Amino acid sequence: MSKEIVRYIATRFGQLLVVVFVAVSVNFIIPRLLPGDPVQTALARLQTSGGAANVDIQAVSAAYRARYGLDAPVWQQYINYWGDLLTLDLGVSFANFPEKVSTMIGNALPWSVTLLAVATLIAFSVGSLLGARLAWPTAGRGIKSLVPFLMVLTSIPFYLLAIILIYFFAVVLKWFPPAGGVDTTRIMRLDWATTYDILEHAFLPCMAIVLGNVGFWALGMRSQMVNVLGEDYITFAEAKGLHPRRIFVWYGMRNALLAQVTALALSLGSVVSGAVLVEVIFNYPGLGSLLYVAIRGQDYFVIQGVVLMLIVSLAVLLFIVDLLYPLLDPRIRR
Amino acid sequence: MAVDMTQKPILVVKDLNVHYDTGKGPAKAVNDVSFSLRPGERLGLIGESGSGKTTMATALMRLTRAPGRIVSGSVELDGQDLLKLSDKDLREVRLRDIALMPQGAMSSLNPVMRLEEQMIDAIVAHVPNLKRPELDARVQQLLKQVGLEPEVARRYPHELSGGMKQRAAMAIATSLSPKVIVADEPTSALDVVVQRQVMQTLGRLQDGLGAAVVLIGHDMGLIAQFADTVGVMYAGKIVEIGPVRQMIEAPKHPYTKLLVESLPGIEVKQALVGIPGLPPPLVNLPTGCSFNPRCPFAFDRCRSETPQLQEVVPSQFAACHLYPDHKELPPLPARATRELHA
Ligand SMILES: Nc1ncnc2c1ncn2[C@@H]1O[C@H](COP(=O)(O)OP(=O)(O)OP(=O)(O)O)[C@@H](O)[C@H]1O
Ligand code: SF4
Ligand SMILES: [Mg+2]
Repeated sequence: MSKEIVRYIATRFGQLLVVVFVAVSVNFIIPRLLPGDPVQTALARLQTSGGAANVDIQAVSAAYRARYGLDAPVWQQYINYWGDLLTLDLGVSFANFPEKVSTMIGNALPWSVTLLAVATLIAFSVGSLLGARLAWPTAGRGIKSLVPFLMVLTSIPFYLLAIILIYFFAVVLKWFPPAGGVDTTRIMRLDWATTYDILEHAFLPCMAIVLGNVGFWALGMRSQMVNVLGEDYITFAEAKGLHPRRIFVWYGMRNALLAQVTALALSLGSVVSGAVLVEVIFNYPGLGSLLYVAIRGQDYFVIQGVVLMLIVSLAVLLFIVDLLYPLLDPRIRR
Repeated sequence: MAVDMTQKPILVVKDLNVHYDTGKGPAKAVNDVSFSLRPGERLGLIGESGSGKTTMATALMRLTRAPGRIVSGSVELDGQDLLKLSDKDLREVRLRDIALMPQGAMSSLNPVMRLEEQMIDAIVAHVPNLKRPELDARVQQLLKQVGLEPEVARRYPHELSGGMKQRAAMAIATSLSPKVIVADEPTSALDVVVQRQVMQTLGRLQDGLGAAVVLIGHDMGLIAQFADTVGVMYAGKIVEIGPVRQMIEAPKHPYTKLLVESLPGIEVKQALVGIPGLPPPLVNLPTGCSFNPRCPFAFDRCRSETPQLQEVVPSQFAACHLYPDHKELPPLPARATRELHA
């Protein structure tokens, strides 16, 4: 590895740390800017609405005090807060007291990460390949007739797609379960039945995310590819007598993908928020559903923990894309 | 290298027509172009911007893209018509028999591939089964021929200067010793010193290969130094073609005359002259001779009948109605000269 690459990675990692630092600090400051005591208020509200009848107020208060060291000066609290975070102590849930927020996030995270990663990867690769084919001069009428369909797909909101899918494939046709991550009765084991169960439940949410994104990637790739195919290096590649397939992949797609990866980095935020909605609709046991339930139940620490988690994961994802980019484009390796 | 005029031509272009389909109808960017090229011959093609030089060059290798369309004609390379070949045969002919250095060679290299990969790509497409060491040796040899250092092979295009990119494109174009090299304005983005070096390299390579060259440009001076034969294009047609000395000393077509006049002299500080008027729109060419709206000699016949190329003096052809009634191009009328110097 050259010195330049090391410096590039170090810079990007520095940026990641800054984002995490800011996110954590904001997460620390905001509750302290609110008038009164948000935790007390939340508890009081829960109590009156009967939503947390089984919560032991004393215990929660104690946990809360212990957590923030309320009598200490603010800087001391800030340091404690960081200490807590580094030991993965994100506080406790009111609704499921005394379950730890870190445990809840730990349970939800794998579901979300797998669903989102697989769906985004499928949408990105299928969309990009489709878009590139659409831009290629020999694209037939069959594939070209997909364009209006793709345009419609990009304009349908995620939640609507999810609802349509549930209606047709779960309610009417009953091919797939309408909600959840596994059968409620399933005992999780590493066997074929469990895997099948998980895949069966993941299929519709995955399809919702794929369908919601594939049009965006296909149309984006199409316009990039059209630009690239107009470049002189494509003419020269043809003049070299290269096989069209080689030109398509290594001279065309390879260059058009650069802009797609930039778009991927820019759209990660909306991809994640879209996935949160899909999880909620499918009641999928991931971070999105966790956040949704926590907001409805005003489960303060859970909300804080999940939001922090989402911001940090976004930052990490961006960092990964940033690392990918110089591998694709030699011009920014310096 | 002297051209053996008794040899039979290697490239014969006949009545080539290339149109761009536009909303207003077809733009006739190449209009009934015919010429031929002998082995080792250097043909310089000049013409104003938009006269159809690039369109012609790309059509020679059937690289024309929509909205462009080769309407009719033939391009015979060594007896076989490239316009009739199957796609597969055409791919084999490209680079191996006829190579193109495209206009804007600056941007002719794939920005995400190392130069050596792009060179190897070209070789492997025609000579499969070569081992990596053989390919590497071939790359080194080609780079040396165009005056590039061996380590340039590992670089990406953005790490090369303009002159180096041009040389790299030349190395690729000559990598399979083609019989014909079409160089479309290979030096237009370079400074004068580098221009000369690149042209010298091209000349040396061409001599070594014995290849015929079509050199396209709009700099009459540069073309005159390089070419044996010069063709002048106007509005998609070759209006005059002939040996370089005759073309400059005794042009026959009024347009060539005006082009030569517009060459800035070196000794005498001369008012820069141009050619009054603009080239005609290709979608809507004037009837008769396309040059008639700008021609100082235009008479009635020019506005009704399209002139064909005719041999005015041995091996010099012009498409103009002044011949064969005249032997020479008459002196430019005073009005035209005044306009030119205004
Ligand atoms: N893609 C296109 N669509 C429509 N018209 C085109 C297209 N490409 C070229 N033309 C037209 O064809 C004519 C010839 O263009 P061409 O590029 O061959 O000119 P040229 O002689 O190479 O000019 P230059 O010296 O500027 O390179 C021009 O009038 C141009 O407007
Ligand atoms: S044919 Fe007529 S208009 Fe055309 S160049 Fe000759 S004299 Fe001029
Ligand atoms: Mg051109």
